[in-house]
Amino acid sequence: MTISRKDIEKVAVLARIRVDEEQVSALEKDLGNILDLVDQLGAADTADVEPLAHPLDAVQRLRKDEVTETNQREAFQAIAPATEDGLYLVPRVIE
Amino acid sequence: MHNKSVAELSRELERGEISSVELTQQFLDRIKQEDGRFNSFITVTEEQALADAKAADEQRAAGNATPWTGVPFAHKDIFCTNGVRTTCGSKMLENFVPPYDATVTGNFRKAGAVCLGKTNMDEFAMGSSTESSYFGATTNPWGLSQGDKRVPGGSSGGSAAAVAARLVPAATATDTGGSIRQPAALCGITGLKPTYGRVSRYGMIAFASSLDQGGTMARTAEDNALMLNVMAGFDPKDSTSIDRELPDYTATLNEPLKGLKIGLPKEYFSDQLSPAMEEQVRNAVKEYEKLGATVKEVSLPNAKLAIAAYYVIAPAEASANLSRFDGARYGYRCDDPKDLMDMYTRTRAEGFGTEVKRRILVGTYALSAGYFDAYYLKAQKVRRLIQQDFINAFKEVDVLMSPTSPSPAFVQGEKTNDPVTMYLEDIFTIAVNLAGVPAMSVPAGFVDGLPVGLQIIGDYFSEARLLNAAHQFQQATDWHQREPQ
Repeated sequence: MTISRKDIEKVAVLARIRVDEEQVSALEKDLGNILDLVDQLGAADTADVEPLAHPLDAVQRLRKDEVTETNQREAFQAIAPATEDGLYLVPRVIE
Repeated sequence: MHNKSVAELSRELERGEISSVELTQQFLDRIKQEDGRFNSFITVTEEQALADAKAADEQRAAGNATPWTGVPFAHKDIFCTNGVRTTCGSKMLENFVPPYDATVTGNFRKAGAVCLGKTNMDEFAMGSSTESSYFGATTNPWGLSQGDKRVPGGSSGGSAAAVAARLVPAATATDTGGSIRQPAALCGITGLKPTYGRVSRYGMIAFASSLDQGGTMARTAEDNALMLNVMAGFDPKDSTSIDRELPDYTATLNEPLKGLKIGLPKEYFSDQLSPAMEEQVRNAVKEYEKLGATVKEVSLPNAKLAIAAYYVIAPAEASANLSRFDGARYGYRCDDPKDLMDMYTRTRAEGFGTEVKRRILVGTYALSAGYFDAYYLKAQKVRRLIQQDFINAFKEVDVLMSPTSPSPAFVQGEKTNDPVTMYLEDIFTIAVNLAGVPAMSVPAGFVDGLPVGLQIIGDYFSEARLLNAAHQFQQATDWHQREPQ
């Protein structure tokens, strides 16, 4: 299975990772090799096999809808790249 | 002192033959003198460790001791430690100081253990050699005397090297596809990956959530049991944690092995294994026969598909988990972002290393529109076939034995250029994670002066039996006591 330059550019946008022009060829080769490895799966007969998401087939536990966490805004924001008035600062989204 | 096990150190502390402050200082001095050669620690917490040791001595004096009170150890730098930098081996978290403890971290704190620092690892636990760490590669203590700088395995290579080099008697670790067992094998120590869900993942930085499991590393099986006693148990903060009775893992270490049924999966004794490695593993199995075990060949027919299934499931889950690193709330942010998209894409391009980005891209591709069924769903179906192989095998035998890795520790740089070659390092370990069963690696010999690991795989929640089997082997052999020169 080959992966095209266009695929890589599209996936990079979806993954929010900037990929520079000169990195694309190396990625084309590496990702192509990984997908070749993965293509062995096609040989397996999986008709009537249920997908396995949790090894013990456990389901998500539900908890009571109660507030159990204490407010630690200051501790969390102390490690943020930029904050102001208790809010996280990011570049302007709306002009 | 540095050659003593956790059990021995615990007894000496109990008898008052040494204080935790003295012991902690000795190990800290040893890290200072020796770790320049290995780079097994990312952060050493000297001041905190000595304060904790002083508190531990007071606890002992007051008669409130657990077996761990005052015993030094280290955490893999994937477990969040309140107030102590937790990097996961990444530039993305170079300056991340968590405001909370992982459940595992808290458990050791409550037991009174003294953490000396945080150990090196492959970035975000993605790797089999601890070469992808932003903080530089870790070097295996074995092989140095022959003039070779070899990998310690990975991703928990820092923990494994630190334990092998006697810088700490024990260290925590995690295993998503072999990251406890393969480095334990390559460094000649004992490691255990418990059943999926047995140890809380809360505060353990996520890589692939349906596979990740925290576990133990030490030189003896007994010390692994002491660690698991502290680490295992139900945690409401981890939605995949399993609520199930918790044994005392040290209580059954001395049970005789007579009648133990061992299965040797024929797929794991294939031509991927060198004759020298195979000989060591078969000798170890013979030792078990002397201890009263019986041996038969079994088959895991779908094991050959494990690496392919893993390299869909793990990257797919990683691509989702690592989306949280966006430069907005914590961790690295690029300089002068011109808009939000620029902040995301440059933060992630600059903050993640090559292998992490590769896996995020593969995972994103496998989950993208039009490919989900062909990749992720197909891999999950194959995963069930692999699990069924193990279920069938454990109808016939009690444990499975195999080599842990296809070869001993390789030279640094040998496999970094081709990701697929590196992935094949985990050929004997990955199926275990897909099935979710527990497994250990136990020192079982040497090839060319380098340690060989025996992998012992058990049925769900059979950790006590694995530890018992490993402990009895270690009463009959001394591979686990060999010290690198």
